[in-house]
This record gives sequence, structure tokens and C-alpha cells, in this order.
Amino acid sequence: MSIRKSLIGAVILGGLMTTSALAENTFKYAFQGSLKSLDPYSLNETFTLGTLGNVYEGLTRRGPDLKILPALAESWSIEEPTRWRFNLRKGVKFHNGNDFTADDVIFSAERIKSEGSDLKSRFPDGTKFEKVDDHTVDVILTAPNPILHFEWSTWYIIDKEWAEANDSVKVTSASDQNASTISLQANGTGPFKIASHDAGVSTVFEANTDWWDNANKKHNLDKVEFSTIASDATRVAALLSGEMDMVYPIPVQDINRVDANPTTTALTGPELRTIFLGMDQRRDELLYSNIKGKNPFKDIKVRKAFYHAIDIEAIKSKVMRNLSTPSAIMLSPFMFENAEQFSRLEYNPEGAKALLAEAGYPDGFEVGMDCPNDRYVNDEAICQAIVSMLAKVGVKVNLNAQPKAQYFAKVLASGGFDTSFYLLGWTPGSFDSWNVLTNLHGCRDDEGNGGLFNLGGYCNEKVDELSAKILSENDPAKRLDMITEAYKITTGEVGYIPLHQQGLAWGVSTSIDLAQRADNELMMYYVNKK
Amino acid sequence: MPRCSGGACHFSMLAFVIQRLFQSALVMLIVALIAFVMFTFIGDPVDQMVGLETTLEEREQLREQLGLKDPVPIQFINYIGRAIQGDFGISYQFKRPVATMIGERLPATLELSMVSALFALIAGIPMGVYTALKRDSFISKIFLTVSLVGISLPTFLIGILLIFVFAVQLQWLPSFGRGQTVDLGWWTTGLLTSSGIKALIMPAITLGLFQMTLIMRLVRSEMLEVLRTDYIKFARARGLRDRAIHFGHALKNTLVPVITITGLQLGAIIAFAIITETVFSWPGMGLLFLQAVQDVDIPIMSAYLLMIAFLFVVINLIVDLLYVFVDPRIRITGGET
Amino acid sequence: MPYVTGEETTARTQAAGRPENVVRKSLITSMLDSDIWHSFKRSKITILAAIVTFLIFFGALFAPLIAPQNPFDPANLSLIDSLIPPVWEEGGDARFLLGTDDQGRGILSTLLYGSRISLAVGFASVIFAAILGISLGLLAGYVGGRTDAVIMRIADIQLTFPAILIALLIDGSLRGALGGINREQSAFYVLVFSIGLSFWVQYARTVRSSTLVEKNKEYVQAARLIGLHPIKIMVRHVLPNVMGPVLVIATINLALAIITEATLSFLGVGIPPTQPSLGTMIRIGNDFLFSGEWWITMFPGVMLAILVLAVNLLGDWLRDALNPRLR
Repeated sequence: MSIRKSLIGAVILGGLMTTSALAENTFKYAFQGSLKSLDPYSLNETFTLGTLGNVYEGLTRRGPDLKILPALAESWSIEEPTRWRFNLRKGVKFHNGNDFTADDVIFSAERIKSEGSDLKSRFPDGTKFEKVDDHTVDVILTAPNPILHFEWSTWYIIDKEWAEANDSVKVTSASDQNASTISLQANGTGPFKIASHDAGVSTVFEANTDWWDNANKKHNLDKVEFSTIASDATRVAALLSGEMDMVYPIPVQDINRVDANPTTTALTGPELRTIFLGMDQRRDELLYSNIKGKNPFKDIKVRKAFYHAIDIEAIKSKVMRNLSTPSAIMLSPFMFENAEQFSRLEYNPEGAKALLAEAGYPDGFEVGMDCPNDRYVNDEAICQAIVSMLAKVGVKVNLNAQPKAQYFAKVLASGGFDTSFYLLGWTPGSFDSWNVLTNLHGCRDDEGNGGLFNLGGYCNEKVDELSAKILSENDPAKRLDMITEAYKITTGEVGYIPLHQQGLAWGVSTSIDLAQRADNELMMYYVNKK
Repeated sequence: MPRCSGGACHFSMLAFVIQRLFQSALVMLIVALIAFVMFTFIGDPVDQMVGLETTLEEREQLREQLGLKDPVPIQFINYIGRAIQGDFGISYQFKRPVATMIGERLPATLELSMVSALFALIAGIPMGVYTALKRDSFISKIFLTVSLVGISLPTFLIGILLIFVFAVQLQWLPSFGRGQTVDLGWWTTGLLTSSGIKALIMPAITLGLFQMTLIMRLVRSEMLEVLRTDYIKFARARGLRDRAIHFGHALKNTLVPVITITGLQLGAIIAFAIITETVFSWPGMGLLFLQAVQDVDIPIMSAYLLMIAFLFVVINLIVDLLYVFVDPRIRITGGET
Repeated sequence: MPYVTGEETTARTQAAGRPENVVRKSLITSMLDSDIWHSFKRSKITILAAIVTFLIFFGALFAPLIAPQNPFDPANLSLIDSLIPPVWEEGGDARFLLGTDDQGRGILSTLLYGSRISLAVGFASVIFAAILGISLGLLAGYVGGRTDAVIMRIADIQLTFPAILIALLIDGSLRGALGGINREQSAFYVLVFSIGLSFWVQYARTVRSSTLVEKNKEYVQAARLIGLHPIKIMVRHVLPNVMGPVLVIATINLALAIITEATLSFLGVGIPPTQPSLGTMIRIGNDFLFSGEWWITMFPGVMLAILVLAVNLLGDWLRDALNPRLR
């Protein structure tokens, strides 16, 4: 009896071991940046939130095409213009086995607004959350807001009980001197659990066999290993040598090589981020220019001349290796239905010279340009190309390309908008035009109150009025009209010179099937290993 | 110079050690101060800690909480006060105690440094001996020239070329990381797995090449010096065989300075690992430091610099003490440093 | 790391001792010393190194006259001309013998202009380091006492860190401090200052130890007795005696400075890419190594290696030649 039992046990155990050895599907991938704190409210940054999105979940989530889909909320409705109702999914469990309820949502809402959170902008101040029952929550707004839930796919719900038990109620703020549990461990509801986390080096995920949506799951993974490889060359080499199943981003110049390799392929697509040039239109005299006593950028002719001087197609084919989409507006056409009504000013160096002469600068002038050199795809190369294009119309640009730490410290509000001419990239977190209009086009004062990222200080009160109306307009058609009107004004005035939407380039092993999202987030539950 | 004997010797020895320890502490303090003053210029850590959309008020508040608004001397005193108690703060970026993070990264860097120092010794000494004994042979000239090429190519270029040849083209060796490591509780080692050893080869060669050249040339010149001395001439006159002279006497005498220099260089190797670690994504302290510089993660930068200073001070101290023990002729006070 | 060679030199200088060197040779006479000239002529590799060094210096000095294009003037560049392979490869263009980089700069022209920058940074930082190091070394050795202790303690502290780390930190802080000033214009000075400041110690140590030896010599005592000003004594009597080792250090440092500049540029904190040095060219080209555009990084890489190698060979020879016991 006992012998038989242990024999059976051994057979079962043996069987289990072989199946697990056979079925063990490990997906290894690498990214240039690193995963730091695991607290989902510590840092409002794409990669961190995107990666945590495999472990935690929000009330909503976004599909491969970025459409908003239900997640922890099964459905929602606008009961009154200022009251939204969210019906929560039943039977969802956190990784530690706790049930997901309305209390967790209300706790998370309080936590995300608390001190130290970097995600306070997920809903407007004054918004109240009310528990209707264990699986229903009402959200009461101070004003109508059709885009309330647009950024909720990265507002992750935390288990109240677990957070309280583990001293993690307080958000791990940037200034904390003690690391709390939630910054080192994760307890979400998502399809993957974190098995181990070595901050800045590697993180190991395990599939959550109790995930509520396992019936529809797309992935066939058991384990995922993430590593940080900061060096471009090393990252590509790791893919080519087969050490990694997937790496991103890959430099655009290496796409051909990755494609030529029989076991790897480059997956490319448009990204949401728009790269553009900004000009100081606020100061009466430019900080970095040989023109004293006046600001040439206040003259629309000069701004237009700069625009005409730029050969965007050459940048696209030579610098971006065709992996960019020249843009006439300040956001991706993905996020704006009327994008095709806008077109770029054509490349016309002669016209640019004529415009400069008309503006009173027949011999051009000198201006300093700020540019990051480790932030966007080939940012420094783009800036250099622009310097040489502007040189051809007589404008001498003194390029100041710096690592992002120094660059942002200089040009952002904290550095006093210390720039005359700059290159920047922008992705609206909500995927909506209002974000672009307020942050990049809203009038601001010298401290940055108003359009915080409107570094050049473009200002048109008409645009500000429109954007205020856009925020609270619930009717989609009227809203679209107003957005279009606002963009007509801003592009007409050449408030900025949009360049392009940069491309995504992921290097993927041919044994892997996955969905590439335009927001550059890797969702492991779309990954299949053949 | 009178040789010290018994108690007097112990006493002066103790005084020497105390004096050296005091100096070392002072050195570290100054290093910390200089580092601190420098950090105030490198960039704004707050901009690196928050998302782009964080408001100005929140940024200001954060700056306040981090004590970044205090005058630099106050920040410095606070930092030293905590550092003495072994508290190096929490990383701005990773939200983890810096001491722990450095502790985790230490084995990777130390293993890499040790192996590359070993490589430099094992390859450098024979080459040095050979080039000293056969000064005019063709192979010696090749060795000398090749070794010069070794120091003439920047480390990063050597690393990239090795990756290109051995990882991408030939696919013999991994291009990054440490491979599989074994956790011994207080130490993680890559030396116990084949993938770990394979991963170590290219970074160790890249890092060790410069030291190898240095050792080779040092051995060569020391050998040449020793071979000219009277006592070797005497040995030769006595009819000792070349081999006995070269290896029994000359090399033995050469090794003391070689080992001293290698010891002194260890600190430099560890610090120089920054570039090698960057090229090979080797998860050591150098990589951590460079990332910290980019992210303006001041606690990591300070701790790293202090640690390098500490290592160097300790190595120097040991070398000094060894000298005194080995060679009592060296005057204890006012010694050349 | 460079200080080891300095230690070596110091040790050797001390070993050599030059005790009876009452007739002090000037630098030039010692250079033209027939022994040294003879040793130069005997070593073919040294002659070759000298020729190569001369050619590179010449090319760098007269770059504007020799180079087919001025790659530092953005108006001359066109993206259309970018990434052209060397002329012997398929798709090559006769205008660009060695191909072009990602901005349409001819590699050949950029090599000429770039080595000009590299050499300028190298020379300027070596001179800066030498002046600083020699003055402090003379001061420490001659004055002695507390001054000596302070200077040498600072040197010790500095030795705690490898040159590249010091240069990295100084560079970072300087750029931060100069924030508003344009990088294109300030990078050169920042680099010279950073590299120079990280290299002064070995000069100081060498000069100090020689000064200690010379100070007690009768002729110095005599000079002091007749009331010569200490500075005059130091400069006239002590300095010429240490010029040999200083020259050796300087030559080796020149090679190191060029490498340090290249490494800093590789790490992205060196010379900006609009007017690239050899190191910056390698950094730019490094991004294209995997995509098959090998010429962008290989030519500057080879050029840098050859330049540094030639300078090192000269330094090597000089060291052996100035140390009579090794001849």
C-alpha cells in the first residue's frame, strides 16, 4: 500500500517534472532603461507604468490598437454630466489571494492623490469617489469631463488590505529615506506576478495561473525575464546572438541588419510621440542670439522661414531611415481624426531666404539651439541636420546638445526656460488633444504657470479659451470641431515647427509572436513563443 | 639609519599606523566634500525623479524634503553624519538603500577586476620576462609593439570590436551581462557556471589589456635593471646557469615592485571598470555609477566615490605597511608617499 | 592610471640620481646630444613613429589647405551626401575618398580636421598639466614643510581617483556651472581643464623629488648665498635638470590625453559632434558598426590608434634614451 502510494507519487512527480520542463516557456527581453521602484504611483513614466501594467491592472486597459477596453471595471456609464458609475468585475483576486472590491478602488483613488504620488493628474482635483456597493463605485466630478478615464489604464488598483498590512499606504515618494514593501514587491491582479526584482538590472515575472481573464489569454508564457541593457550595440548584439527573444528599442540604422539575420526580425511602426522644434516667442530679446534689443522669433516671417528651411524628407530618409512620419500637427494622427486637413509648409530654402530678408535679416542671424542627445531616436543627428539646413539659408545655429539630465534641467520650467530654440518630443498621456493644447500651447508666465511645457511661451488667448471649452465639452462632434479650430490657429501662427512622429523599432526573434503597441509599451499577455 | 628593535619598533609602528589612519580619514572627508560641491552642478535630481507633468510646486516640495535647498555645508555635514553610521541614504531613482545596492553590485565588479588583474599578471609577467631576456628578438619587438597597440586603443573600442567579432560574427561568447550566477548568500558568483565564465572572458580581457601592457613593461624594465646589478654579474661569474639566474634571482627580485604596482592598480581597475561595464552591460558598480551620473542620483554617486576612495586608501595603507614590514630600512616618519 | 608610468620615471630618475651633474645641460643640447641622436637613428621603429607623428601633425596643422571639404561648416554639409561608402566600395563617390558619415561629412576631411582638435586638446591639456604640476612640484620641493605637505596631500587625494573619473566629474560640474554658455564653444576649454587637472600629479611628484635632491647641492646653496631670488634659483638651476623626465611624462601624457578625450567623447561628454574630434567620430561611428557602415568608426579608430601608438613609441624611445643605464 504505502509502496504503491509512493510509487504513484513518484510517477506523478516525475510526470509533473517532465511536463513542466517541456512546457516551461521563458520569454527574455531587454530594454534600454531600467525598472526602478515597483510602486505604481512613484513615477509617471511610460516604461515603468507599461511594465507594471503586466502585474497591476487599472479599471480600464488598452488593446493592441490602444482602444480603451474594460478591465477591472466591467462597464461604466455617465449617469449625470458630473457623475460616472463604474461596475467592477466580480471574482477578481489579487496575487496574494485577496478579493478585489470597491474598497480597493477608493483606497487607490485616495492613495494616488496623496503626497508623494507622481500620478496626481489621473483625475481632476475635487473628484470624489463613492462606494455604492462592493462592486460599484460612483465618481463625482466638479465639472463635466469626457476624458476622465483616458489615462486610467495606467492607474493601477492596489490591494487595500495588503498595503495596510505591509506599511505601504503612503506612496513611496521620490524623497523617501526608507524603502517600503510596495517599492520592492508587487501584489496586483494582472496576468503576471513578480518573482524577483533586482532594481536596475533584471526582473523575473511568472504567469499568474489564477488571472481572471485566463480564458481569453493570448500568451503561452510561464516565465518572463526582463534585463536592462543600456548600450545600443550590446542590446542588438544580444538579440542577434539569440540570448534575447526581444529587445527594444533598436537603433534605426540596425533595422536592416536585424532583418537580414535569419532568426530575427525588426518590428516597426509609428509611435505616438511627436518631435518638434520650439522657439522662444516670449522674451523681448533672445538669450542666445547676436540680435540685440529684439526677438526675431516674434516675427511670424522668421518662424515661417525656419519651417521652410527644413527638408523633412531628407531627415526621414537619411537620419530616420524612413522610420518616421513627417507631421504637420503637434500630435499623432492616431489621436486626431481631422489630421488630414493639415499639411506641412513645403521645403523651400529660397523662399526661406526671401522671408528672412523681408523680416529684416537678409544675412540671417545667429541663434543657440538646445538639443538632447540621449532622449529621442537620433535626436542629436536630427539637430545637426537642422543646423546644416539652416546654415544654407544664412542662419548660423550654435548647437548645444546635452544628455537629457542637463538638457531638461536647462530648458524646463525648473531651469527658467533657459533656451531660445530647442528640440523636444511630446506624447499626450491621455492620447487626447486637450493635453497638447494646454501643455504645449497654453499661455504661461515666467514661472511656468499655465502651459508648463510651452517652453517657447507661445500665447494666443483664443486658443486658451477654446481649450477650456474643449475640456468640458461632452459632445464628441462639437469637441472635434473646436480642437480643429484651435489647431488651425496654432499651425497658422507657426507656434511650433512639428517634425515627425518617430518610429518604433523592436527587435524580435522569429520564434516570438507579439503585438506592438504605438505607445511603446510591451504587453506580455500578447506574447507567444512558438 | 638605526634599525628599531623590540618595543621601540612597535611604538613607532603604532604611531605610524595611527598617523596614516588619520590621514586616510582626512582624505576621505575631503573627497566627500569635493564630490558634494561638484554634485550641485551636475544637474537637478528632481527633474530626473518625477514625470514630465509634475507641477512646479510639487517639484519644489520634493526639493525641500530631500534637503536639496539646504546650504551645501549643511547637506554635507548631514551626509557625513549618516555615512559614519553606515547609512548612505536611499537611491533617488531606485528607492532602495544605497548600501544594499552597492553590496549587490560589488561581487560583479570585484570578480571582473580580480580576474582581469589575474589575466594581466599571467599574461604580462611571461611577456615581460621574455622581452627582457631576448631584448632584440623579433618576437620581443612584436610583443612590445602589440602591447603598445593595447594601450593605444581606447577601452571602449576594444570592447566593441570584441563584441563584434566574438559575439555577433562568431557567436562564441555572450555580448553582455554576467551569465548565470550562483548566490552564496553574501556573494553572487559567476565563476561556478559555464555561462558565467564565458560571459567573463571578453570584459576581463578588455579591462585587463591595459594593465597587462603595464605589467609587461614594468617586468621588462625591472628585469633589465636587476640583470645589470653586481650581484647578478657575480652569480654569472660563479658559473650559475642562465635559467637559475633569470628565474631564481632576477625574476624574484622583480616581483616585489610588480605585485605592489598591481595592488595599487586594483583600485584603478575597479574604477576603470566603468567603461568596460558600460560596453558589456556588466551589472557592477561602475554601471550603477554611470547610470547614477546620468540620472543625477546623488546618494549613489557619493557612496560610490567614497567607496573608491576608501578602497584606494586601504590598498595604499596595506602597501605602505607591507613595505615597512618587508624592508625595515624604509624610514617610518615622513616617508615618501 | 597614468601615474604608474610617472612612478616608474620618478623611481628611475631617483635611481639615476644624477649626482655629479654639475654641468647642467639645456633641453636642446641634451636633445641634440649625439648619443640620443645616435639611438634615434638606430631604431627604425622610432624613425617610423616620428615620420607618422610628423605627417599627422602636418595634416592637422594644414587641414584647411589640404582637406577637400570643410566639414566643420554646416553650410557645406548635405544629408543627401550622407553614409556614402569609401570610393573603392560599391556606391562610392570620388568626392569622398574614405566615404561620409551620417551628416554628409567626408571622413577624410573630418579626419584631418578632427585630429587637429584631438591634438589641440592633447597638447593644451598636457601643457596645462605640466605648468601646474611643475610649479607645484618646485614649490613643494623647494619650500618644503607645510606647503609641501599640503600639496602632496592634495596629490594623494587626487591619486585616489583615476584620471577618467576626475575628468568626468570636473567636466560634468563645469558644464553644469557653465550651463548657459554654449557647449560648442566651451567644450574645448572644459576638456583641457578637466584632463589637465587630472594629470598634474605626476609632474609634481617627479619635479618635487628632483628638487629635493638638487636643493641641497652646493651650487644651489651657493646661489642662495649670493642672494639669488628663490624663484630664479628654482627656474634657472633646478628646472633644467628635471626637463628630461618631464618631457618623457609629457609625451606619454599626450597619448593618454588623446585617449581620455576620446573616452569622454565616447561617453557623450566630450567634444560635440558638430566639430568632431577623433573620439567623437568614433562615438558617432560606433552607432553604425552593426549596420555595415564600418568606415565611419574604423578610419578614425585606426587613425587614433596610429597617432597614439606613434606618440607612445616616441615617448618610449625618449625614456630609454634619457636613461643612460638602459641603453
